[in-house]
Amino acid sequence: MKPTVAVFSFTGCEGCSLAILECENELLDVLNLVQLVRWREAMTETAQEFDIALVDGSISTHHDVKKVKQIRELCKLLVPIGACAHNAGLNALKNRYGMGQVKETVYGDAGAQFDTIPACPVSAVVPIDFALPGCPIDRGEFVRTVRDLCLGKTPRLPTYPICVECKKKENVCVFFQGKFCMGPVTRAGCGAICPTYGDGCEGCRGFVDDPNQNAHKETLAEYGLTAREVMQHFDMFNSYDDRLP
Amino acid sequence: MPDVNLHVEDITRVEGHGDIVLNVKQGKIEELRLEITESPRFYESMILGRRWDEVTHITCRICGICSIGHTSASLQAVEAALGIQISQQTLLMRQLAFCGETLQSHVLHVYYLVAPDLLGVPSVLPLVETHKEVVIMALRLKRLANDLCAVIAGRHIHPCAMKVKCFPHVPRKDDLRALRERLVASMDDLMDSVSLLKTLQLPQVEREMEFVSLYHPDEYALYRGTEMISSRGQRVTIPEYKQMFSEYVVAHSHAKHAATERGSYMVGALARFNNNHRQLRPRALEVATALGLESGCMNPFMNNVAQVVECVQCTLDAIEILDKLCDLELVLEDPTVEVKAGRGVGASEVPRGQLIHDYTFNDEGLVTEANLVIPTGQNLNNIERDMHAFVPGILDRSQDEIRQFLEMLVRAYDPCISCATHLLRVKFV
Ligand code: SF4
Ligand code: SF4
Ligand code: SF4
Repeated sequence: MKPTVAVFSFTGCEGCSLAILECENELLDVLNLVQLVRWREAMTETAQEFDIALVDGSISTHHDVKKVKQIRELCKLLVPIGACAHNAGLNALKNRYGMGQVKETVYGDAGAQFDTIPACPVSAVVPIDFALPGCPIDRGEFVRTVRDLCLGKTPRLPTYPICVECKKKENVCVFFQGKFCMGPVTRAGCGAICPTYGDGCEGCRGFVDDPNQNAHKETLAEYGLTAREVMQHFDMFNSYDDRLP
Repeated sequence: MPDVNLHVEDITRVEGHGDIVLNVKQGKIEELRLEITESPRFYESMILGRRWDEVTHITCRICGICSIGHTSASLQAVEAALGIQISQQTLLMRQLAFCGETLQSHVLHVYYLVAPDLLGVPSVLPLVETHKEVVIMALRLKRLANDLCAVIAGRHIHPCAMKVKCFPHVPRKDDLRALRERLVASMDDLMDSVSLLKTLQLPQVEREMEFVSLYHPDEYALYRGTEMISSRGQRVTIPEYKQMFSEYVVAHSHAKHAATERGSYMVGALARFNNNHRQLRPRALEVATALGLESGCMNPFMNNVAQVVECVQCTLDAIEILDKLCDLELVLEDPTVEVKAGRGVGASEVPRGQLIHDYTFNDEGLVTEANLVIPTGQNLNNIERDMHAFVPGILDRSQDEIRQFLEMLVRAYDPCISCATHLLRVKFV
């Protein structure tokens, strides 16, 4: 029996579930490995039982909380995909304001009718089995993860920072052009795509384990920066993370 | 006639969360609503106080499907506010990425989301068994569109290489030539899909409607427009967009509704076709004729046909742009920008219709006020009006058929509900 898979979306742009559809070259192979049984964005079928639940988006309403708890009950493995689900991603940027204020800013007096709570990662509400980072997720990493889960293996994320991948690609460091880059403190796995296209990394994959210890010291030393200085610069994707100074 | 009590929770095969409620007693509609239940994301609180060069990377995350569209409108707004002119090279590259995104979104929508309805199956998955070549062809077209986006913008979802004023990299001519070849070859796939579509039957319903879209004197408006026009004959410049329609909050929807003086209106591929078909390429117009699409079409289901017509347009546009880029000496441009206070409005025709980003910056280049107008939000009012107009005619059918019809109607609009709830409307000091 192939493991059954369901995909759910919470508060996000659904880019991560779209990224699954973007695995065009691998999609039919993935479908040989697993049986997709529920995915609102792509299919009308609504199975009530499944082995693996992939979840994109942050938890940001009472309704989200209730629904993610139900999903946890229904599945064997719960795997948040993408920055929103992994560490609250961009959504956490609203948390610095009071919820009353954000409602009023968008909807004016009519705002009171809307349900919203500070955005949080899925792991803050229910236990998770693994989380795939990135905004959006990396297609290759997604396919590998599904394969590992089907084989009963625990998937692994790189423990080194983006700089390692960036140096392998022989990119000219963007600090050199006067730009800023989160690469030294950000977990690798995207192939350093942003620096490869000439832009700084925005840290969408979250921090490496213990960024102060494991930052890419060589790069930081070249530009006379500390890990803390780099972390302070960009809170775009990491404002939920309490390691941010 | 039996009473109808429908509550479709979480309409499937659309992006985002929406419900349909329909209650009919003794042949009279008592309740009929399209409810948008998606969690609001409050983008405005996220971008207030953000720097001019960060804002696009935040707002492009409003939508995974049309992030290049959001990026385009956002960059135009920032550049208008800061008084920045872009080079021919940057314009061509942006237009090319935009073609790629439009193609990718239309293919996704027509093949994965709508085709199952027309072929009588609940999703694309059973088609892998019954119509394998069609599925593989759709995957091939989508892959090409993605690759087009990737070569120029780094990736399709949340492009990392589209920046204010210029691109931080230069594409390789070999990659451009390879894309050109694949695009030329893909015309066969597109024509096959036209033949397939000819054999399928769309619901035949009509209602008097108003169509609103961008307009550009020199091109079929997609990446940019100089004016916003209505099929009623009204036209306004882009910064005056608020004179064309107004937005309001309704109790049953997390997304705002919009109306012109006349009332509800439609945006998207059908609106663009109706307003700007004269600017389409002859080949695209031929396809429209072959599929029975004529200007002034008032059947919302024909939106999907207009999307196929635009696929032909975008493929040919992309080939022409690639030729122009190959003739240019491509250079890494100077990204320096002079920061100043000001307001700028940017507008693009994303797959689902006109999208507007409107920002105001202070003299440090930080956002002080913002407004976003999203296509799905503009269409919601029109979809509800359609439902009110068409439901009485199908009340003799089974509940299941009525539900199916309503869901198909929503899908015909290609709504991107998750982005519809991310409207920005900020009044700030
Ligand atoms: S992580 Fe990024 S791509 Fe994924 S849902 Fe969130 S905003 Fe979209
Ligand atoms: S700092 Fe950024 S650009 Fe420089 S090496 Fe690291 S990842 Fe690459
Ligand atoms: S380079 Fe940085 S911002 Fe870009 S995808 Fe990788 S982790 Fe995310």
